[in-house]
Amino acid sequence: MDEKVTREIFPRDSRKSYGLVELMKKSAPIVRKEPEDTVNVWPNLLMIEMICAILVTVGLMVLIQFEHAPLRSLADPSTTPNPMRAPWYFLGLQELLVYFDPWYAGVVLPGMIIFGLMLFPYLDVNPKGVGYYTYSERKFAVFNYSFGFAIWWITIIIGTYLRGLDWQWYWPWSNHLEHMNPALVTLIPLHLIFVNWFHVSEGVGKIFTDIIFIGYFALGTLIPMVVWKPMYKAMGLWRYLTFMFFFLSMMGVGLKIILRLLFNIKYVLVTPWINI
Amino acid sequence: MLQKLKNGIVDSQIFKSIFRHGYPDNDLDRAYAIFSNVFLHIHPVKVRRSALRMRYTFCLGGITLLLFIILSVTGIWLMFYYTPYTGLAYRNIKDLQFVIFGGNLMRDLHRFAAHGMVLFVWLHMTRVFLTGAYKAPREFNWIVGVVLLVNTLVLSWTGYLLPWDQLAYWAVTVGAKMASYTPFLGQNGPWGPQLGFLPTNDIMFMLLGGTVVGQNALIRFYVLHCVVLPLVVTVFLAVHFWRIRKDGFSGPL
Ligand code: HEM
Repeated sequence: MDEKVTREIFPRDSRKSYGLVELMKKSAPIVRKEPEDTVNVWPNLLMIEMICAILVTVGLMVLIQFEHAPLRSLADPSTTPNPMRAPWYFLGLQELLVYFDPWYAGVVLPGMIIFGLMLFPYLDVNPKGVGYYTYSERKFAVFNYSFGFAIWWITIIIGTYLRGLDWQWYWPWSNHLEHMNPALVTLIPLHLIFVNWFHVSEGVGKIFTDIIFIGYFALGTLIPMVVWKPMYKAMGLWRYLTFMFFFLSMMGVGLKIILRLLFNIKYVLVTPWINI
Repeated sequence: MLQKLKNGIVDSQIFKSIFRHGYPDNDLDRAYAIFSNVFLHIHPVKVRRSALRMRYTFCLGGITLLLFIILSVTGIWLMFYYTPYTGLAYRNIKDLQFVIFGGNLMRDLHRFAAHGMVLFVWLHMTRVFLTGAYKAPREFNWIVGVVLLVNTLVLSWTGYLLPWDQLAYWAVTVGAKMASYTPFLGQNGPWGPQLGFLPTNDIMFMLLGGTVVGQNALIRFYVLHCVVLPLVVTVFLAVHFWRIRKDGFSGPL
């Protein structure tokens, strides 16, 4: 790059409160970093941004030659479409309604996802892996993010391709026009299984499930505290407890999906107020 | 000849009054070009050469911003033809489809840019996550990002109602019904009825301005979609970009 300087170096305009203080050669005042090899934003970065913008615009233009924004018939409060699909980005939440009651799948869980995402930087105490892609230096963090969004995307795919009339499970080769007989699957709460197995009363069955539910969170919190002491030490008590609450809730969503799909369990925990 | 023409333009009073610097073919004017321009000065004057590497950001944040801008432009265009009235909204959209010049183009662009924005905001977040760019000192900007993510989703959802077709009506009906299950605040939620919440005063009623999706809901979603949420996104974007500069970009070292 030529070193030509067009004006006498920076006469400060007395009417302005600001001015260009200094222009450094091949180095930059970047906070907390050593000066090093730098280039001008104009034209280097701007050119990249420009090309990127053009590519995206062209891509969008090409896309809309093939796909058009849908418009169905006029809104009609008296006929509900069946199946009724939410827009794709909410299909995951809609699919979760199969596994949880609406207050949990539709309100509490989304709230926890948002809140959990916000807290993540404060819970992740591993200082490594800033500024480059790495899996090996932060396996557990990457696992958490991937697990959460795997559920998100898998449920979206299920909702898009594998759900049909009455939100029942339809394979791509099933007849999508025929209603499934919902009586074929009986969903039962977990405590009734214990009632059948051990011939105890419903009340006792519920105590079992209460113990399982509380035990899941209690042991899930205590065991890693002992087994992965360094992690617990690094995080400190409160950070650890907060993290574990979100972590176990997230794993719980996965467990519940499996229990429901494979064993037809409707609820794990049944209380007079809420069921999970 | 060309050189002369260029000099003529660059040295003219008009050019100088607008740009206040010479043609950016040297370090000084290139610096001025960035920091004396309200749009460009969100950039630093210089960046590390390695920060140009496409395989770090993949331009994902920038693409999200571009899509937001496309949405704003096409959205304002659509507003000229749209009336948030249940008796007209659907016909307005039909007119856009069949009567108005460029109506389909604008509507398609708006719809697919919206899908794109949801997708790219997620991809951008994933990039930020995988490069550990949310770690100190950038924790707060990650929070700002999550606010932007939620806003993007709610923007899409509120826009979904506006065409007033079956898709719109039922997606929003089902979505709004969820609000009625909010613990403590919804008529169907745990402890909602106990606290006195009924179909006529709970949080879903507040969202829809009624017990069902009707005219009040349409006008609420319209104002949220066209005014409130875009403004909120813009404000948070300003904070987002400001913070990238203040916290320093995490880029490759
Ligand atoms: C409307 C949505 C958003 C827009 C337009 C946007 C835009 C941008 C842009 C242009 C950058 C510069 C670097 C790049 O292109 O990757 C950036 C950086 C960043 N974004 Fe976003 N963003 C949005 C949403 C989010 C979300 C959802 C998150 C995370 C939850 C987030 C977190 C961050 C962080 C932490 C940085 C700094 C990255 C670094 O220093 O490497 N942003 N954003």
